[in-house]
Amino acid sequence: MTEAYIYDAVRTPRGKGKPDGSLHEVTPVQLATQVLEAVRDRNEIDAGEIEDVAFGCVSPVGEQGAVVTRTAILNAGYPQTTSGIQVNRFCASGLEAVNIAAAKVKAGEADLTIGGGVESMSRVPMGSDGGAWPTDPSTAFKTYFVPQGISADLIATKYGFSRDDVDAYAVESQKRAARSWSENRFAKSIMPVKDVIGETVLDHDETVRAETDMQSLGALNPSFAMLGENFGFDAVALQKYAEIEKINHVHHAGNSSGIVDGAAAVLIGNEDIGKKLGLKPRARIRAMASIGSEPTIMLTGPEFAAKKALARAGMDKKDIDLWELNEAFASVVLRFMQALDIDHSDINVNGGAIAMGHPLGATGAMIFGTMVDELERSGKETALITLCIGAGMGTATIIERV
Amino acid sequence: MSYETFNVDVDSDGVALVTIDLPGKSMNVWNAELMKEFSQWVDSFCADDGIKGAVITSGKSSGFLAGADLNMLGGGGAGGMVSASGKEKFEAAFALNAMLRKLETGGHPAKALLNGQAHAKPVAAAVNGLALGGGLELVLACHHRVVADNPKIQLGVPEVQVGLLPGGGGTQRLPRLAGLQNAAMLATQGRPIDPNTAKGQGIIQDVVPADDVVAKAKEWVKANPKVTQPWDKKGFKYPGGAGPMNPGAVQFHVASNAMAQRETSHNYPAVQYILSCFYEGSVVPFDTAIRIESKYFLKLLSSAQTRNMIRTLFINKQAAEKGEQRPEGVPPTEIKKVGVLGAGMMGAGIAYVTAKGGMQVVLLDRDIEYAKKGKAYSQGIVEKGVSRGKVTKEKGDELLARITPTTDYNDLKDVDLIIEAVFEDPDVKADVIKRTEAVIGQDVIFASNTSTLPITGLAKHSERPDQFIGIHFFSPVDKMPLVEIIPGEQSGDRSLATALDYVGKIKKTPIVVKDTRGFYTNRVVPPYINESMLLVTEGVKAALIENAAKSLGMPVGPLALCDETSQELGLRIAKATAKETGQDPTNEPVYQLLLKFVEDLGRKGRKSGGGFYDYPEGGKKHLWPGLTEYFPLADEQPSLEDVKERLLYAQLIPAAHCFAEGIVSDPQSADLGAIFGWGFAPWTGGPMSHIDTIGVDEFVRKAESLAQKYGPRFNPPNHFREMAKTGETLYKSAA
Repeated sequence: MTEAYIYDAVRTPRGKGKPDGSLHEVTPVQLATQVLEAVRDRNEIDAGEIEDVAFGCVSPVGEQGAVVTRTAILNAGYPQTTSGIQVNRFCASGLEAVNIAAAKVKAGEADLTIGGGVESMSRVPMGSDGGAWPTDPSTAFKTYFVPQGISADLIATKYGFSRDDVDAYAVESQKRAARSWSENRFAKSIMPVKDVIGETVLDHDETVRAETDMQSLGALNPSFAMLGENFGFDAVALQKYAEIEKINHVHHAGNSSGIVDGAAAVLIGNEDIGKKLGLKPRARIRAMASIGSEPTIMLTGPEFAAKKALARAGMDKKDIDLWELNEAFASVVLRFMQALDIDHSDINVNGGAIAMGHPLGATGAMIFGTMVDELERSGKETALITLCIGAGMGTATIIERV
Repeated sequence: MSYETFNVDVDSDGVALVTIDLPGKSMNVWNAELMKEFSQWVDSFCADDGIKGAVITSGKSSGFLAGADLNMLGGGGAGGMVSASGKEKFEAAFALNAMLRKLETGGHPAKALLNGQAHAKPVAAAVNGLALGGGLELVLACHHRVVADNPKIQLGVPEVQVGLLPGGGGTQRLPRLAGLQNAAMLATQGRPIDPNTAKGQGIIQDVVPADDVVAKAKEWVKANPKVTQPWDKKGFKYPGGAGPMNPGAVQFHVASNAMAQRETSHNYPAVQYILSCFYEGSVVPFDTAIRIESKYFLKLLSSAQTRNMIRTLFINKQAAEKGEQRPEGVPPTEIKKVGVLGAGMMGAGIAYVTAKGGMQVVLLDRDIEYAKKGKAYSQGIVEKGVSRGKVTKEKGDELLARITPTTDYNDLKDVDLIIEAVFEDPDVKADVIKRTEAVIGQDVIFASNTSTLPITGLAKHSERPDQFIGIHFFSPVDKMPLVEIIPGEQSGDRSLATALDYVGKIKKTPIVVKDTRGFYTNRVVPPYINESMLLVTEGVKAALIENAAKSLGMPVGPLALCDETSQELGLRIAKATAKETGQDPTNEPVYQLLLKFVEDLGRKGRKSGGGFYDYPEGGKKHLWPGLTEYFPLADEQPSLEDVKERLLYAQLIPAAHCFAEGIVSDPQSADLGAIFGWGFAPWTGGPMSHIDTIGVDEFVRKAESLAQKYGPRFNPPNHFREMAKTGETLYKSAA
């Protein structure tokens, strides 16, 4: 099968996803437009060579609706011949979009594609698209629906992670993110966001707090205790996980992913198009996988997605040099490390969403780019990128530096 | 045209007054006759241009209309149309909806109403008493609703309590009038509200003096010759919003889905279907919405679960309370004054429920302080009730005034019934029986509340064994709805009749059981609790055991129940049983567990050192973390389903033995006793209903396989093996 090479990866910095966040004044179409412009301009290619663009977006309604990808393609001044698709696999949408873009290349459907994602959580809040799953009694009952925060606390309870464990993980995430910024580790990918008069509105991840320590996190109240106890979600979770007496609510704003705005794009193509356009391949796709897992605990999918991707690549976990798992909640990463016996020094080496935020539809493409950069910086060979997903799913991609 | 079930009186203005008054019934209900006639009347009302409008009221002082006749639904109805096609069953289930919809639209198509091209004739409800279920649904289908100003009038849709949903438009009109939240409280819990609350929620428009309801309703009809329901007008919006894109409604649906699961443990589909009717009905036109409702209604009506629930929780419960087991030919006994002997926990509770039932109580104990303390128990309940507004101060005081504490047996001389609740010691009881019989009237029935001593044995101490009987209450007496009545070998008909009359007066549910050790409920509960302790000794997680029981539909876990009844009592019983049977219990795991708890650890029960749980002061109880130190967890934990099955069969098997041995004479009593005695999963309709539903042969097969795996205690009674062979069922209409 045709190899899919990564020729470039760009992302916006992540702005605080609130009305006082720096990217709040920028429309999601603009965020998507600017990363598409960047891919075209910094590689000095004719955008007409880019055949298809897949962008993840988790709340594709309002100004993110109507296939935001196609709107951004036209807005970026790409020729009308470039098609666009909007992808929703909840939190892994960005990675799934990259995988779709890569799959099109591998399958011989296209020579050059872009995978990426966009989410302005400050302008189109999470949940804006509604959905039957938690709302329709027939599906909420059948799936024992609970919100993700309850699932994250359930993971901590079931697998024995204390409040100190998850807080300590969060402190380290902040430390690593701050170090990465101070050492310019994201410089290759970061594309400052401009406003309508061309001035930069944001050039760094806005939510990193280097000063975070156990004491400051210790002062925060658990976010999901009230929800779990007063609205019945704890009881629903325990109906499925009957061996647990009580859910230990350990997650809060400081050890969960931040709500932010941002966009990312990854340029993918076959070997020939690279040669034709004079692009240098930076990495190649070794394997891609998506799985479904138990929907109530919801966020344990990465373990199974990673195993599936490794099996498809004919690799062993020892063959992976760097692991990147989206920090949706601290317990998700701790459970993944526990399940696959991964050392903390090999995973999320540059910090993650606890420090820098999780712009739902874009995150997968962002951390994909982070790994491409980090393989080059560290001289390592292989990386596995994965995310936990709503309703119990997991997506994983293995890349190898070339 | 004249009708049997209601009277139609048209006044000079052309307004028809329809007075529903079912002949020979104490209460109006939707039965086949009323359905048929009312439907005919609706047709003629819509067709007759001479009739300008209508007021609907009731001719009964007992109320407006109490809902559907559950005997009709339980016995047949749409659920009983076994051979009918899906479409025919639907049309039968839709009949009430179709009729009420015609009443509110005047027979006009929704589109014509929406465009203002047509209007309905005004119909007002003049509600002079309770309107429940299909009764309230008739009221809701009227354009205007006037209710008598009486806080005792109950307005509600209680269908959920027997596993049904309001199938006459209730799931659609209530949320459109009162909003999703209010409607969900009414429909998923089934608890009624009073007229003013209903008015506040927008369910009714007017609360007026009882004598004015018809006049006020008529006045409105005459003032509003052309009407359209709000939901048939353009731009209609639910109060508070609705629909899958409305943030408030989404929040409501997400939260109510979770809370309903918490409350039902997935055992009561009616609750889910009610919420589905709300959810699905809120995005479609009204005519579609009521069809959706009828489909969910039909799904419930045709289920074995609903049939079981209706049969046990409604039909058989009412029959038992009306004295079905009462011997014929014994005139009703008048019980004005009851002597309660012993003012301990049970005696105090019995005194309270007796006084609450309107009877005078002589509460006797050895020491006047004990007797007064027994009365103080009632005072505590009354004060709590007054502070919560459940009872007026006046009524509470009257209740307390009916209880007279005493130490003097002479005070018993004019009582109509004795209930003895003294210490469980045959000698003490013998003495009390003698002293009491010396003063009471010759024909007074003497009842013992013993839970452990055979009635026939106690009756030997009586001069009048034919007037001696057991009335077994459960603790706490004021909360537990069941009473076991135990005739001894010599108990006469009059003692049984009197006991049943008394239980009727205190509004509890009686079952008649045979005089054997433990009677019925105490034959079943101990093996069930034992099974849970055995699971602990096998290293099964305590949380899994407790959650499995809750998942089955038990109100509390068996380990928590064990803490309540106390490990100390458990050990005492185990020792007594060993003594009696001559079997050495030393090697039995549960015996060892109890010994460890009581003698080594000092965890004797909830009130003494804790048990399987810790009971922190002012905090919630939680499982004792030290348990696994003494009973280490097994590496392999059983599945939830396996634990559920063991806990279920640990109740089904002894209940089946009680039935097979005639301790309970019929499946009805076995089911009632289980649900109201120890809280056996009400969704099943009781253990016998459940065995019928899973099939006697399947029950036997499963029991035998459990016996192979876990021991002979799971072997089914031979009687059930025989039934499995012949294909016999416990209830005649079980198929």
